[in-house]
Amino acid sequence: MTIFLIYSIFVALTFIAIPFLTVRFKGIITLFVVIINSIMSGMIALPILLGEELEIIFNGTLITGEIPIRIDALSAWFIVVINFTLVTGAIYGLHYMKAYKNQTHNISLHCIAYLLLQVALMGICAIQNAILFLFAWEIMALSSFVLVIFEHNKRATLKAGINFLIQSHISILFLTVAFIWVCYRTNSYDFNAISVFSTNNPSVISFGLYLFFFIGFSIKAGFVPFHTWLPYAHPVAPAHISGIMSGVIIKIGIFGMLRMLLLITTDFTILGSLILIFSVISGVYGVMLAIIQHNIKTLLAYHSIENIGIIGIGIGLGTIGIGENNPTLVILGFGGGLLHVLNHSLFKSLLFFGAGNIYQATHTLNIEKLGGLIKSMPHTAILFLIAALAICGLPPFNGFISEFLIYSGLFNGIENKILLNVFIFLFSILGLVLIGGLALLCFTKAFGIIFLGKPRYQFHGTVKEAGKWKLIPMYLIAAFIISIGIFPQFFMQILTKLIQLFTNKIIQPSELAINFQPYDTLQNIGLCALGFIALGITIYWIRTKITALKPKIIAPTWGCGYVANSEKMQYTASSFIRSFRKLAEPLLLIRKNKTEVTGVFPKMGEHKTHPLDKMEEWLIAIPLRRMYFIFGKFRFIQNGNPQIYVLYGAIFIVLIIGLPLLYNAFLKLIEFINLI
Amino acid sequence: MISLPLIIIASLFFMGIVIRTKSITSGRKGPGIFQPMKDVFRLWKKGAVYSETTSFIFQIAPSIYFASVLMAILTIPFGEYPGLVSFNGDFVFFAYVLAIGKFFSIIGALDTGSSFEGMGASREALYSLLAEPAFFILMGSFALFTGHTSFVDIFTSLHFGTYISYALGILATFILIMIAMIENSRMPIDDPKTHLELTMVHEVMILDNSGFDLGLILYATNLKFAMYGALIANFFIESLPIYISILIFLAVQFTFAIIVGILESFNARFRMGNNAQFIFTLTSLSLLIFFGVLLILKKIV
Repeated sequence: MTIFLIYSIFVALTFIAIPFLTVRFKGIITLFVVIINSIMSGMIALPILLGEELEIIFNGTLITGEIPIRIDALSAWFIVVINFTLVTGAIYGLHYMKAYKNQTHNISLHCIAYLLLQVALMGICAIQNAILFLFAWEIMALSSFVLVIFEHNKRATLKAGINFLIQSHISILFLTVAFIWVCYRTNSYDFNAISVFSTNNPSVISFGLYLFFFIGFSIKAGFVPFHTWLPYAHPVAPAHISGIMSGVIIKIGIFGMLRMLLLITTDFTILGSLILIFSVISGVYGVMLAIIQHNIKTLLAYHSIENIGIIGIGIGLGTIGIGENNPTLVILGFGGGLLHVLNHSLFKSLLFFGAGNIYQATHTLNIEKLGGLIKSMPHTAILFLIAALAICGLPPFNGFISEFLIYSGLFNGIENKILLNVFIFLFSILGLVLIGGLALLCFTKAFGIIFLGKPRYQFHGTVKEAGKWKLIPMYLIAAFIISIGIFPQFFMQILTKLIQLFTNKIIQPSELAINFQPYDTLQNIGLCALGFIALGITIYWIRTKITALKPKIIAPTWGCGYVANSEKMQYTASSFIRSFRKLAEPLLLIRKNKTEVTGVFPKMGEHKTHPLDKMEEWLIAIPLRRMYFIFGKFRFIQNGNPQIYVLYGAIFIVLIIGLPLLYNAFLKLIEFINLI
Repeated sequence: MISLPLIIIASLFFMGIVIRTKSITSGRKGPGIFQPMKDVFRLWKKGAVYSETTSFIFQIAPSIYFASVLMAILTIPFGEYPGLVSFNGDFVFFAYVLAIGKFFSIIGALDTGSSFEGMGASREALYSLLAEPAFFILMGSFALFTGHTSFVDIFTSLHFGTYISYALGILATFILIMIAMIENSRMPIDDPKTHLELTMVHEVMILDNSGFDLGLILYATNLKFAMYGALIANFFIESLPIYISILIFLAVQFTFAIIVGILESFNARFRMGNNAQFIFTLTSLSLLIFFGVLLILKKIV
């Protein structure tokens, strides 16, 4: 208890102090507090992850009721993941923000919001009282809004920020309705009331309740079709914030879904199938849109949707496992999903930091303008490559481990008694394979065009590698990515307690229980990964030994007989994905502007493509346009004339007073008529 | 363990047989069956020309590509003898380790900054992405059929009993042959002997590779063919004595090579634009296998 008190006083003091410090110290003190916070919460969380449980109940107030702070393995896992990303983000951000050091006040706000975000996220993980949970959720939404709109003098930034703010509040609306529903029935704001609610009510009602939670949380997590805020908010934020948004904030939606899954009892098979279908659609749709993007950060943002889809496939699989009393599916599904939460937060923040380095070196995020950066920014290039390989789910990196677990679950689950589930599993396998292949296409494009070949555009000034303090956190993340790829069994061991929370939900394990040993298999995969690295190095070593003595000539790239090669003749990102675009065009929405080359002496011709989001167009843009049209008819009411507004006021007052009188008079009239 | 030396032996003559078949069908005598391997050895002894545009990616890409093919071969069993690497779900590892090699060969092509190599890279990425679902559904069907999720368990418990299962075996063989053709960029998809860079897939990606690296890439193609041949052979090697199964293995490889040669001789390359549809039909074929398995297990009807 005292720890909590000291902790909160300490953080509060920092909030007050930050505006009075010089710019340099603002950042340093923020980083310092973030690290202290992380160490403290890590010290609480780590033992819990290994088996202890923590429950503190504060008395609370009349309105909130008792405030239970419960930290179980699920909270602990997310606390650890969140803090790691926040610390690396803070170290990176400290040096990223140097470019903006004359915006003093803006930076104060940024630092305070960063700390608030951390506190709010810890709160969300720990607090189990509905009202306070929503408070923390709101603080998280607002502080991340402030963080996103750092460059608020740009119109696009502000627009994206407001979009984010509105959608966050729609999410809060759904959560509030769900919590009120529970409280109305059980008279308690404690989370345990939710499980009481769902055991006392029929399964259909619990299912309905879960749907409310699911929609609320999936707006935050970015499941299709609730994802539309994400591709706007990620690109406009500073790089470290994009990394945190993608690595942590959308994961808190996943946390919410898992928390509610632990509390609710319902028909898990149907619920799992629902989650599975949603996730597969999110995954495939996310990556299909990612491929056609020209802005590297938008591309990465769509990949977040894809990865949320992969996490969702894991969760759906595990949920079906609970429904069918099959512990193997639960272990593989939730194990894969939860590991992917960590994995995605690692490689996605690394990719966003890499994008930040590129942005600060070249001042553009347009892939088509970049090229050949590997020569001027070798460290960023290697780190980006590692992250790109990991996000494609390729061995020997971490993405493969979690995807492998999910694949194993799907292949195990396909021997299902119910035919419909067999097809759902088949559909998921198909989806996951397509996601993997499309991600490969997307990241060969991103890495190949940005870093390889010749520069496509002449930038002002020379392009320089990022400073070492930006690279150090990135190397730290890369080290984790590789170590998870090589020692997966160790990380799976950490998840044991957490997965047990879910296996405990199984009432009676069926006899086709554990026929799969995830730990042994993972150990094998780790060894294979190591073997693959060794094999690659050996072959390369043999190659260098043999070719060392041979003549070596450096010459221009072979232009198939054409000798005047220029950098403009290189393959571009758009041409690289053209055949995919042609193939997928019916499913996507791409606006094209074409100016044909005409005449004997043509002036210029151009072909522009603007990838749009079809879901957004259908679900948000078109309904909004209809609404504008209908409400536009009433625009004459708001004509800017003060006298008329006074008249409105007067009419309003008259109506307020008059309507009840009229109503009474009407009632009397009816009575009178009845008398007759 | 026994599969690795066998695949390597098969890889030595595989391409030679393909070329010999093509020569005979077109009325020529053709080179000896070890000629392609002699070419590879010759390349391994040569020096190299590197483009000034390239970076270290171009240097490491062929080695990693070759390593990925070798690693994939290690997962292939031989009848009831598991590969060096064998665990539940190893076919996922097999597909993904091949994918990392592909990733590197694609970025290796992009590294040259050439206007042609990007074209091949783009096609390679798209075609392999479209071919992948067919393989996974195929393996998923057999996982459902046998109740196991590793190569060796699937192959040892795969017993053809009914007529439907023979049909499935033939379909699976067909799909694997087609996947091998796509992965190695051979005839209906890509014409390795074409003179026009615009219509190449794999060949145009390696335009700038020379010397040892080119040798590695060419040999990797041979290995890949032998690897798919070994996968197909595994359908037919039940638990027979080892000397018979080795003979069956070699016979399957031999037939496979002749089939490839005949396919290449009497088939024209498809239009580039229609390749995607063709590759995707493989997925529907593998769905047929899936339904066949459901039929056998009496899940439907």
